[in-house]
Amino acid sequence: MGTVAVNGLCKSFGKVQALDGVTLDVPDGSFFVVLGPSGAGKTTTLRAIAGLEKLDAGSVHLDGRDATGDTPAARDLAMVFQSYALYPRHTAYENIASPLRARRCSSSEIAAAVDQMSSLLHIERLLQRRPAQLSGGEMQRVALARALVRHPRAFLMDEPLTNLDLKLRVEMRTELTRIHRSLGATFVYVTNDQVEALSMADQVAVLKEGKVQQVGTPTEVYERPANQWVAGFVGSPPISLLACRAEGDRLVGADGWTLPRPRWTTAEDGRALLLGLRAEDLSVERRGDASLPGELYGLEPLGDRTVVDVRVGTEILKVKARPTVTGTPGERLLVTVDLDRAHLFDAGTGLSLSEAGR
Amino acid sequence: MAVSVDEAVSTGPARDNPPPARRFRGRGRSVLEVALLAVLAVVMLFPVLWMIETSIKENRDVYAIPAKFLGFTVTMDHFKDVFVGSAGGRSSLSVAFLNSIVVAGVSTVLATVLGVPAAWAYSRFAVKAKKDQLFFILSTRFMPPVVVVVPIFLMYRQVGLIDTKLGLILIYAAFNLPFTIWMMKGFVDEVPAEYEDAAMLDGYTRLQAFWRFTLPLLVPGIAATAVFALIFSWNEFVFAIFLTSSDGVRTAPPAIAGLIGGTTVDWGLVAAASVVFALPVLVFAYLVRKHLVAGVTLGAVRR
Amino acid sequence: MAGIEVTALHKRYPDGTVAVEHVDLSIGDGELFVMLGPSGCGKTTTLRAVAGLERQTTGDIRIGDTLVNDLPPAERDIAMVFQFYALYPHLRTRDNLAFPLRAEGLPKPEVRERVDEAARLMRLGPLLNRRPRQLSGGEQQRVALARALVRRPRAFLMDEPLTNLDAELRADMRTEIKHLQGELGATMVYVTHDQVEAMSLGHRIAILNKGRVEQIGTPLEVYDRPASLFCAAFIGSPPMNLIEVELVDGKLRSQGGLVLPPPPGLRRDRRLVAGVRPEALEVTEPGADRSVPARVVSAEWLGDEIIYVVDHGGQRDLRVRMPPTVRFAADASVGLRHIGGTPAVYDVSTEDLVA
Repeated sequence: MGTVAVNGLCKSFGKVQALDGVTLDVPDGSFFVVLGPSGAGKTTTLRAIAGLEKLDAGSVHLDGRDATGDTPAARDLAMVFQSYALYPRHTAYENIASPLRARRCSSSEIAAAVDQMSSLLHIERLLQRRPAQLSGGEMQRVALARALVRHPRAFLMDEPLTNLDLKLRVEMRTELTRIHRSLGATFVYVTNDQVEALSMADQVAVLKEGKVQQVGTPTEVYERPANQWVAGFVGSPPISLLACRAEGDRLVGADGWTLPRPRWTTAEDGRALLLGLRAEDLSVERRGDASLPGELYGLEPLGDRTVVDVRVGTEILKVKARPTVTGTPGERLLVTVDLDRAHLFDAGTGLSLSEAGR
Repeated sequence: MAVSVDEAVSTGPARDNPPPARRFRGRGRSVLEVALLAVLAVVMLFPVLWMIETSIKENRDVYAIPAKFLGFTVTMDHFKDVFVGSAGGRSSLSVAFLNSIVVAGVSTVLATVLGVPAAWAYSRFAVKAKKDQLFFILSTRFMPPVVVVVPIFLMYRQVGLIDTKLGLILIYAAFNLPFTIWMMKGFVDEVPAEYEDAAMLDGYTRLQAFWRFTLPLLVPGIAATAVFALIFSWNEFVFAIFLTSSDGVRTAPPAIAGLIGGTTVDWGLVAAASVVFALPVLVFAYLVRKHLVAGVTLGAVRR
Repeated sequence: MAGIEVTALHKRYPDGTVAVEHVDLSIGDGELFVMLGPSGCGKTTTLRAVAGLERQTTGDIRIGDTLVNDLPPAERDIAMVFQFYALYPHLRTRDNLAFPLRAEGLPKPEVRERVDEAARLMRLGPLLNRRPRQLSGGEQQRVALARALVRRPRAFLMDEPLTNLDAELRADMRTEIKHLQGELGATMVYVTHDQVEAMSLGHRIAILNKGRVEQIGTPLEVYDRPASLFCAAFIGSPPMNLIEVELVDGKLRSQGGLVLPPPPGLRRDRRLVAGVRPEALEVTEPGADRSVPARVVSAEWLGDEIIYVVDHGGQRDLRVRMPPTVRFAADASVGLRHIGGTPAVYDVSTEDLVA
């Protein structure tokens, strides 16, 4: 069993409120990602689960039992730190063996477990080296091995891929997913990279300034964001937001543009709204019923696609286009909108209005 | 990796090129430098050189007028006299040196054993009014021993610690402790707390984590801090002279000072005793030379 | 504005480390030129040499037609924006902007006019009376940019200016910088390790590795035809698939049977690797027309697309870009099909592009 639950966590550092009532439920065996920008409280949440941080309020439950007062050692958790925290004076072997030595396992048990882990992570030939003699990627694997060697109740990971270069990061993402699947263990994974969250998670909890904004599957968080901030944080390029209000059967923009009002919205007339449009739901190459007039602001060729920046009124829309698209800044364009996939938010509260009727 | 504003607006090429001699015309500048340094060297080193010479001169050369700088016969008699008494046994000076070793050694050990855990606690934990506490600790170093020696004397007389090695050990430890804490905290701050976090998750208690993983990394820092404490205790004069009186308890500084006075002074012996006394400090100071700046700035240990 | 010429640049430190082995660059007047590479590749050292903050061991630097090797930074008529903003903490924004101009001795009305113009370009209006500590990271970076603008230099040098910002802010600032550059027609040399930034900003990109330039080209050139295996792995996310192939019957064949059209003029006697972008492959139902068998290792859903990692002929890490509506489960047997054009082909031993 490996369920982890936190309830109403509150923690402040001086004047900064790092956690403000964080409540999360991590199901057994899931890959649970805590996503948020730096300073959101994700690392503090993880450390609270591990028992490394004293809480001002709130409780931590492991497998249904209140573990808030337990020492880190008693919680039977394993953690991979962002800086790996490999003991610098010990060899890789000794680092990996450390959790087993702490629990007084026999040398033969230790040898067998370290062997198994090092072959799982392909680090057999590194075992006699010290951390200073390892590359970033190798250190990360050793840190993983140290966490995995004990088969704990759950694994906590604090932005483990942040310090790796792009190629390694992409490879390790797949590797971690594979390891998770083969172990079937509970992973609580903290990151500020929404690509990691979407590609690896069973469930995502989005945090901002110590408060949980939304918890859901990657699909839910991407396609049905609870508020405008989540919509902007998840997804690349970031969602484009246009100020507007509903009037009869049209949406009227602050800059004078109009669009047919989506069938699914029940927002009353006159209410200040934000229309959220993802780059892949916009097009400068297709014709459609709903379109916005704009002016080419810039082009971002990314290889497999080009992001076209179009100025509509005072806002800049980001539109996904084929890699071969060209244009001159300033030229007039029509941006076709797929209204069925658009989002509407209350301009004041930021909350999503898109749920009704969809 | 932060770029300082100065670097950003600098008008000359950076670090690895020798700066062109701009302000002083070429050679003129370096001659002035050398001359100033030479004068400084002579002023600072001359007394030391004279002391060393005096310790190896025969008595008639010591008192010779005009003073003999070169061309004297070397004798080791004075050094013998430092250690061997007039009756052939141990001299009282050698007892004093022994006392110095014991007092300085034990007080340093005490200050280190108490200071290191305290520094660790200050570094790792959120203590109420930490900044104020640390400042208070540091402030005890602002005042010279001479200010408190009278109250200490009165207190010691009450509890019977006058003229005891234990009394000196305790006061030295007390005076060294704030410095030990302050300096060690800097070293502990340098060791990432994450090693202890990782160890606790591995299954160790906090104390075990400190002992197994952090302490080994602190050894250089502890060594440097201990040497500074040792140097202070070794050289300490005020408490020694006020709180002790008998030959069996006295440490080296008051003992050597006691040689000066009365009708005639055996300068050769004084010089030899001073050389013997200064030697350990020189050796230790050399060992921690890299950290000497830290000792002077008391806390700004990192480069 | 002026172009910049870097000729045979070499930088070696006294302790023996060679930061820049050999760099030749020809940056056009009004071009947004990006230097891209991993940390330690020499891009920042090259930039600092152009700025005059470091002196090169050998090699020449020309700004416009002037040889600037012996000129200090202040006399090179360039402005630099740093990763860490380097704003004067005790000055208000307005004074931070005016400082370089006052230092040059410009008359007050001109200083005011230039400050106002830069503030307008970078939309700093409400921030002019604040001090750096009252500004957010993004605002500070805009002020740093404005401070470079006021000097009206011949070229702008930017050292990873967006690295410290949050992803969302970075995307916005990228658009701003690109638009600004276009509007001003400014010559900009931009250093970054982020290949998305490089692709979206640069008119041309120079990829550096271990002190040497591996390739210079437009974003699309560098993406479609990376000059070496290093460039192929560095540009593009996910990285290019590198498949060992053999020339058989006039076609390129992988171990698992995948067939690719060969570029013309390929010789048989070398061991070859074909670079195939994830979007040049397709995952289909097993047995589909022209497909070869493969197995799904994992599926990474990214919102607007899915990246499938497939196992094909023993190569377990082929990545395929598919629309988010096409769903296959992990461990599923599928078909793999090449749908792109002629792949870039590399020699395994030299790691260079051969065709």
